[in-house]
Amino acid sequence: MINRRQALELLATKITDEIVVATYSSATDWIGILDRPLNYFSSGAMGLASSHGLGLALACPERRVLVLDGDGSLLMNLGTLVTIGRVAPPNLTHLVFRNGTYEANGGHPIPNPDVDFEMHAQAANIRRRFTVSDIGAFAAKIDDILHAAGPVFGCVMVEQGPLGPRSYKEMYRGERRAALKQALAE
Amino acid sequence: MIGPPNNREAYVEATTSGTTPRLRGARVIDEIKAAGIEYVLSVPDQHTSAGLLMPIAKDPDFKLIRVCKEDECLGIAAGLTYRNRRSLILVQYTGFLYAVNAIRGVACEQKLPICMMIGMLGKEPGVAPGESRRFGLRIIEPILDVLGISHTCIETDADTPAISAKIEEAWSASKPTAILIGGRPEAK
Repeated sequence: MINRRQALELLATKITDEIVVATYSSATDWIGILDRPLNYFSSGAMGLASSHGLGLALACPERRVLVLDGDGSLLMNLGTLVTIGRVAPPNLTHLVFRNGTYEANGGHPIPNPDVDFEMHAQAANIRRRFTVSDIGAFAAKIDDILHAAGPVFGCVMVEQGPLGPRSYKEMYRGERRAALKQALAE
Repeated sequence: MIGPPNNREAYVEATTSGTTPRLRGARVIDEIKAAGIEYVLSVPDQHTSAGLLMPIAKDPDFKLIRVCKEDECLGIAAGLTYRNRRSLILVQYTGFLYAVNAIRGVACEQKLPICMMIGMLGKEPGVAPGESRRFGLRIIEPILDVLGISHTCIETDADTPAISAKIEEAWSASKPTAILIGGRPEAK
C-alpha cells in the first residue's frame, strides 16, 4: 500500500505547467504540498472531478490536465470513464486514489471493496491504464502520468489517511477559480 | 390554459386562424449557432431527438459530447468556461431534475455561464409548463425560480430569438440560464 501524501509529494516534484484537478482527501493533501494558481479544486457535487477535468482538457489542449480522484467519488460517476474513453482527450490523466473508504465522511467502506477500477477503465476503452500498490511502482509511472498520450487512467492503491471532518473553505474560495482563469489566459 | 405567457397571443392567433404553430429545429439550431455555441453536451431526449440532437450530431459546426448521465454535463461545461469555450447542455426535464445538485453546486454557487436546453417531453402543445397536467413538468419552472436561474420557454418559431438571448445572458452576467423546449422541434 502507498501513503497518498507521500505519492503526491513525489508527483509534485515533477509538476510544471499542468492543471491539477483535485477533490476531497487528495485535495486536502495537494493544497498542503503545492499551492498554485493552476490547481482546480472540484466542488459543488461529489463525483464530478473527472468531468471538470474533461472540460478543462478540451478547453486547454496544449496542457496536461491531471485529475486526482477518490474511489468513493469515482463510484458516484462511473459513467465518466465511458465518456472519457469515447472523447479520448490525449492530454487527460485520471488517477483514482483507492483506499476503500469514504475517508472524508467517517471512514465507512465503499459499497464493494473488491471493485477493479482498472478493469472498468479497460472496458471503457481508455487507452493507457495501470494499477500500482507500492511507491516504487508509482514513481516509475510518473512520466506516463504527465507525458504519455492519453487518456491515461491510473488506480493508486493507498492506505487510509486521516479521517475527517475537514474544512474545504479555503480551497473552494472563488478567488482561486479566478486565479486559474487568469493563469489560463496568460 | 392556452399558450405560455411569453407567446400566448401569437399562439392563440395562429390557432384561431387555422394555422398550426410550428417549432422548426433548424430555427433553434440557427439560434444556438448565433450564440457561439461550440460544444453540445447531451443525453438523448425523445422530445428533441429528431429535431435537434440528430441534426446537431451531423453538423460539423458543433462538437457533440454524449454523456452517460446529466450531471456529467455540469462538470464538463464548467471546465470549458475556464477558457471561455461555450457549451449548451441539451437534456430532458427528467435529466434536469436528476442533475439539480450539480446545477446548484457548480453552476449556481460558482456563478458560471452555463446554459441548459431542457426538453419538456409530454407537455401539452400551447399549454404553459406550470399549467401542464403532468406533475414533473409543472415543477420545472418553480425549481428554476428557487435556484435563481433565468429561463424562457420556446413553444413556436416566434419564440426562437429568445434562445440566443438567453445564452448571451448567461455569458454577460456569468450565471446559469435555462431554455425550456415546450414545442416539439420538427426535423426540418
